[in-house]
Amino acid sequence: MSAPTLAIEGLEVAIATPRGVARAVRRVDFALPKGGTLGIVGESGCGKSITALAIMGLLPEAAKASGRVLLGGRNLLDLPDAEMCRIRGDRIAMIFQEPMTSLNPLHTVGRQIAEALRLHRGLDGEAATKEATRLLDRVGIPNAAERVSSYPHQLSGGQRQRAMIAIALSCNPDVLIADEPTTALDVTIQRQILELIRKLVEESGMALVLISHDLGVIAETVDEVLVMYGGSVVEHGPTASLFSALAHPYSKGLFAAKPRLGQGRSRRLATIPGVVPDIVDLPAGCAFADRCPIAVGECRGAQPRPTTVGQRHTASCFRLGVPLPEAAA
Amino acid sequence: MSARRFGALSSGSFAIGGTLALVVAATAGLSLFWTPQSATDIAVARRLAPPSVEHWFGTDHFGRDVFSMIMVGAQNSIAVGVVAVGIGATLGIALGALASARRGWVEETVMRFTDFSFAFPAILSAIMITAILGPGAVNSIIAIGIYNIPVFARVTRGSANAIWARDFVLAARAAGKGRLRITLEHVLPNIASVLIVQATIQFALAILAEAGLSYLGLGTQPPQPSWGRMLNEAQTFMFMAPRLAIFPGLAIAVAVLGLNLLGDGLRDVLDPKLTRAR
Repeated sequence: MSAPTLAIEGLEVAIATPRGVARAVRRVDFALPKGGTLGIVGESGCGKSITALAIMGLLPEAAKASGRVLLGGRNLLDLPDAEMCRIRGDRIAMIFQEPMTSLNPLHTVGRQIAEALRLHRGLDGEAATKEATRLLDRVGIPNAAERVSSYPHQLSGGQRQRAMIAIALSCNPDVLIADEPTTALDVTIQRQILELIRKLVEESGMALVLISHDLGVIAETVDEVLVMYGGSVVEHGPTASLFSALAHPYSKGLFAAKPRLGQGRSRRLATIPGVVPDIVDLPAGCAFADRCPIAVGECRGAQPRPTTVGQRHTASCFRLGVPLPEAAA
Repeated sequence: MSARRFGALSSGSFAIGGTLALVVAATAGLSLFWTPQSATDIAVARRLAPPSVEHWFGTDHFGRDVFSMIMVGAQNSIAVGVVAVGIGATLGIALGALASARRGWVEETVMRFTDFSFAFPAILSAIMITAILGPGAVNSIIAIGIYNIPVFARVTRGSANAIWARDFVLAARAAGKGRLRITLEHVLPNIASVLIVQATIQFALAILAEAGLSYLGLGTQPPQPSWGRMLNEAQTFMFMAPRLAIFPGLAIAVAVLGLNLLGDGLRDVLDPKLTRAR
């Protein structure tokens, strides 16, 4: 395998809060080759968005990242802000959950795309507008030549997300980070946007980090999945083998909690009992132990290390192979 | 959208305030070319004359035409307002935007500086500053301008912080834009309406402050007419010729009331969200 485009090694994020230090991300490792796609899945508050912001260098003031974020061999965490500004939007781009509010309401869509081109590519007014039109066309906005001078409020949610993708793609980044890119959209539009992202990733050969709480979205879009819980990676593996042989009790619970059509209304939806742990006051052992149906004393004593359970498939659990009781699975 | 804008334009405070402010501005403009009489010619023979066809508002204790003095005084008030708000807005917005963009100790420093200056009443700080710089029209303008800096710094920083928390700013940062660029392209355009309203209100306060300073003899110096100094001089003749105080007093009231109403009206027009909240 050639050198990875993006490699995350031992990424940790600590956030200073009035109640103490919150360890929002703990020991996250992954590597993406050129054109590789990775999904990060987990509940709200599991640290997936913070991981994305840490990679982008856009963490809030109070947060501090350590470990290494290697892009083309350079550790982004060591770069000064001015240097990071040149990389953001150029080598590494990001799209967000809320297309409705991610565009500045006062500028036209074309101008907002052109700005990125002007900033990183040094294109002047007319060339930038022409390129912006081409990009809008590429992300599937009809009448791109007219839409270029539309204001965000004149576009639908799906079109705005397409415009955001156009901005992200404008400089042909090596890595695209998509943080819940379809969560705020209609189901029909979700599919179109996912298709679009998948097609663009294939065409351009950029690496993709897709963050979602939706297992369906993840399963259909990426080659490799990272399941996060309480700031740590609990399971990591190629999509096909991970979904066919879920190893960690949390992953199993998450998968069981996915509502299915046709299972009848009389049956209650499966849930994982309890709530996400308080990251300011994390237990000494496995973060999932308090909600885990098969936890034993050992789980509360020490942090489980990643254990290989299949081809490039690891899970961090002391109780691998122990079947879950019927009610939870 | 356009219907609502139109509705706001034809609504009370904007229309009345705009008209009053326009009258003051037009008076000042006209006085540059024409006044019914000279505003500075002294003629002791006709001192303290009552209003007549020749002297619409009568004459003062030196026989100067009061109406003409008020017209020329409007120039003075507007010049003070423009320059003082200009100084205050330029430096204050820059400081506020800087505080908001950099946060941390920069923001703390700027904000403690504004707290410090707010501890002194406006007119008192203006008096202190003119005391240091010496009396005179220019110095009083500078004094009022300096007083305006923390006002604009605060308003800018508060509104800008709200914009910095918006999603599109995060998206702009993800696109690689630096703080300065985001401030100019995203933050300032989105808080412009708040700043325009603030500028209108500060304009009114500047006129009032200049009148106050001139009344105390620290502002515009003779023979340049000024509303504040006319009030001061009228004091002696309060019982003989109260109109000498009433007319410049009315002029100040009209200008300040007009600008305040205009500011209120602009707020309604520019920021529909605020209107609904009130």
